[in-house]
Amino acid sequence: MAKGIWIIVEQSKSEIRKVSLELLSCARAIADAAGEPLVAVIPGHGIADLAAKVAPYGADKVILIDDEKLAGYTTGAYTSALNKLIRKEEPRAVLIGNTAVGKDLAPRLAQRLGVGMASDCTGMEADDTNFLSFKRPIYGGKAFAEVAANAVPVLATIRPNTFPLAEPDASRKPEVVNETADIDAADLKAIVKDVAIAVSARPELIEADIIISGGRGMKGPENYKILEDCADVIGAAVGASRAAVDAGWIEQKFQVGQTGKTVSPTLYIACGISGAIQHLAGMGSSKVIVAINKDPEANIFTLADYGIVGDLFEIVPLLTEEFKKLA
Amino acid sequence: MNFELTEDHIMMRKMVRDFAEAEAAPGTEERDEKEEFPMELWKKCGELGLAGVTFPEEYDGVGADYISYAITVEELSRVDAALGVTISAHSSLCANPIYMFGTEEQKKKYLPPLATGEKMGAFGLTEAMAGSDASGTRTTAVRDGDEYVINGTKLFITNAYYADTYVITAQMDKSKGNRGIAAFILEKGTPGFSFGKKEKKMGIRASATYELVFENVRIPAENLLGQEGQGFKIAMTTLDYGRIGIASQALGIAQGAYEQALKYAKERVQFGKPISELQVIQFKLADMALAIEAARLLVYQAAFIASEHKVPVSKYAAMAKVFAAETANKVATQAVQVLGGYGYTRDYPVERMMRDAKITEIYEGTSEIQRVVIAANILKD
Amino acid sequence: MNIVVTVKQTFDTEAKIVLDGKGSIDGSGVNLVINPYDEFAIEEALKLKEKFGGDVTVVSVGGERVTEAIRTALAMGCDKAVRIDDPALANADEWAVAEILAKAVSKLPCDIILSGRIAVDDGSSQVAVRLADALGVPSVSSILKLDIEGDAATVTREIDGGTELIEVKLPAVFTAQKGLNEPRLPSMKGIMGAKKKEIAVLSLADVGVGAGDVTAKMGVPKFSLPSPRKGGKVIPGEAPDAARELAKLLREEAKVI
Repeated sequence: MAKGIWIIVEQSKSEIRKVSLELLSCARAIADAAGEPLVAVIPGHGIADLAAKVAPYGADKVILIDDEKLAGYTTGAYTSALNKLIRKEEPRAVLIGNTAVGKDLAPRLAQRLGVGMASDCTGMEADDTNFLSFKRPIYGGKAFAEVAANAVPVLATIRPNTFPLAEPDASRKPEVVNETADIDAADLKAIVKDVAIAVSARPELIEADIIISGGRGMKGPENYKILEDCADVIGAAVGASRAAVDAGWIEQKFQVGQTGKTVSPTLYIACGISGAIQHLAGMGSSKVIVAINKDPEANIFTLADYGIVGDLFEIVPLLTEEFKKLA
Repeated sequence: MNFELTEDHIMMRKMVRDFAEAEAAPGTEERDEKEEFPMELWKKCGELGLAGVTFPEEYDGVGADYISYAITVEELSRVDAALGVTISAHSSLCANPIYMFGTEEQKKKYLPPLATGEKMGAFGLTEAMAGSDASGTRTTAVRDGDEYVINGTKLFITNAYYADTYVITAQMDKSKGNRGIAAFILEKGTPGFSFGKKEKKMGIRASATYELVFENVRIPAENLLGQEGQGFKIAMTTLDYGRIGIASQALGIAQGAYEQALKYAKERVQFGKPISELQVIQFKLADMALAIEAARLLVYQAAFIASEHKVPVSKYAAMAKVFAAETANKVATQAVQVLGGYGYTRDYPVERMMRDAKITEIYEGTSEIQRVVIAANILKD
Repeated sequence: MNIVVTVKQTFDTEAKIVLDGKGSIDGSGVNLVINPYDEFAIEEALKLKEKFGGDVTVVSVGGERVTEAIRTALAMGCDKAVRIDDPALANADEWAVAEILAKAVSKLPCDIILSGRIAVDDGSSQVAVRLADALGVPSVSSILKLDIEGDAATVTREIDGGTELIEVKLPAVFTAQKGLNEPRLPSMKGIMGAKKKEIAVLSLADVGVGAGDVTAKMGVPKFSLPSPRKGGKVIPGEAPDAARELAKLLREEAKVI
């Protein structure tokens, strides 16, 4: 009998990724309603102390899969280990964040298991007939699809910043289980030679609570400094529109939109961004949108919660000063 | 009867439009402002095959029909009319007379580099005293052994200075009038061949327009195009086909201006609503769309006839050219009107489009001359 | 070196999405394009072909209209194409499409499979990775750089906050991220030549799959449209006042600062 909702927890250097905790927080209520256990599964190496870090967010059980081959993420080793464990334990649903790891691992695992999967979900509900149903934006947020699997288990990746973090409950003491990783040699055909993480004090774009983004109106690469100054006051990430990336003012990895990152921050501040449909596809699910643009007819104003019509080079530094006063 | 474009035409339109919007559009206004010839774009046009659309594959051309050519010039001109005429003058006025009237040796020598865009072509017909009336040609050619010696000056030559290969006309026997004219192929760098004044123009300012100056230019006899005395006929036939290019250019300008006006009308709010909801603006937009559709049908019809070779193209090309040129002028002027004060500034492209449109009523036969051509065709039967 | 590129046709990203009478996404009158990420995959395949020789085969699953996307790929320089079309595909999910593609691809000589990292329509980003698993070959997602030497590839892959350098044995699947290359436009000659290239249209039976073998794992989706987001306040006043007011509203009203 299949049982439980599993959350695949992402971790790096003894830190749990925020989206993994969001998933535990959100799945707790569904697990309760369904009378199913909520299980945090942590693959990695040297991860004994991590069980305590996820415990306050609601897991009934923590499975640690500690193996040196799982020290850093590789598609093959993670798929191999999780496939066998899922076949053995038969959870009803396996959820992971829609991150670089989640997007790569979940489809591979789903195919290995021969099961269905819902990608980049922004809604998830208990469902009487199908256990879980998922709501996911399609066509760059211009429509939604609600999907459920015809059979269990089902896999899903969930968009970061979609579900709020639960208040940590220090009294929770989940059962902690160690599982060994059984990894097939055939799954070790790819070797990670090097990992280069840009050193930045700012949060990762897809997980940032606040993003301040600059578009064509930035006029040049040198001007991103004013956004960075503002970002550092409010703990924001810096983003960009395609126009700015194509102009070569800022690296492509900062691009928000249809051909860039999809973000869902609490606050998105769009500076000198006209609001092309392809940009909205990447940030339309932001909770609060602020637009600063000198063109009063810019499309971005039709969906911004707050707007200022004016020169961003004048307004952003003033806003930075105001934010400093609030800090 | 079938009004549908083929799959190839649709794909070509998308390709040229993607190219024009990605590569040409960002610099169109700056090139206009600085009167800067689009040399880099020309090279890219060559790589995409836009310099040799209608010429057979055996001469390294694309081997496509005139509708493909019309679409190419239309789509380039929708974004940048100066680039449109660069391609049009090169293809229709230089490569085409060589293709239609050249010997096999001439075609083998000159067409492949022209068709691939490795070399650029230009056409020297107009002179100070030979505008609409070619019989005023003062440039002379004299046979001297195995060579012809050319003297004179040509005026308003599109692509001149940048072009490598020139088809020019010269008078060999003034007593014979038009029948004394001959056409020649001339290469840049030939001793005695130089460029005079660069024209400062109202529109298509990024297009190059220079004088050609011939001072005892000696060219080998094998560079005679067609026969001695056939030059006027070659020039007129060249212009018949060339008009399809200019008609397409005008159509592109009209389409570009119309799209600007339509977009602006939907966004511009006055009296509490987008001006596109005002009937006075709606009627302007409707008239634009109507004229453009009619022009497009005439242009594509002329292109179709040019490809089929079943009936002479002259009348149809003239009709397409005069109608499309007048449409471009009407539409661009109305587009400026829709944009109002903004339209009159250089912050919006309709100001340039209105300037660019005017030339289409002038070069390769004025609108008046087109009516002469049409009238001559309908009265001769 | 033989390369397979999987290609999907998607709505133009400008397309307005409406539902038809049955509640499905209405595709009538919508401008269709090659999925933009698949163009990066095609370009990379063509660059590899130019360097190492071999054939590039386009493989696509879908109806007659997909031919448009396939022709564009052929016009760009791909050599031939396979289109898999079958009435049993109406409700195919990502699992089924991956199984079908695996059967079709396994019949082709192939050292490298390239695909876009995501399709801009359903955005599921699953099929290429699933295909790799169905074929039992490694895959690297979201690649920014691809170098081939012998039977191995050195690949730069985008990860959150940075990049990874991965070495992988061929054959392998790679999914293309923006930044991998600049896709070329098809040339006029390419367009003229495309119709002379072969597009094999195969049924499920042709690729060796029974209709019953590809019953979807996921149910048929229910579609809905988002309620349009309404513009809010435009804050008036001179810049210093507006900035002060905005900061105040974000703190006190929206409670996001």
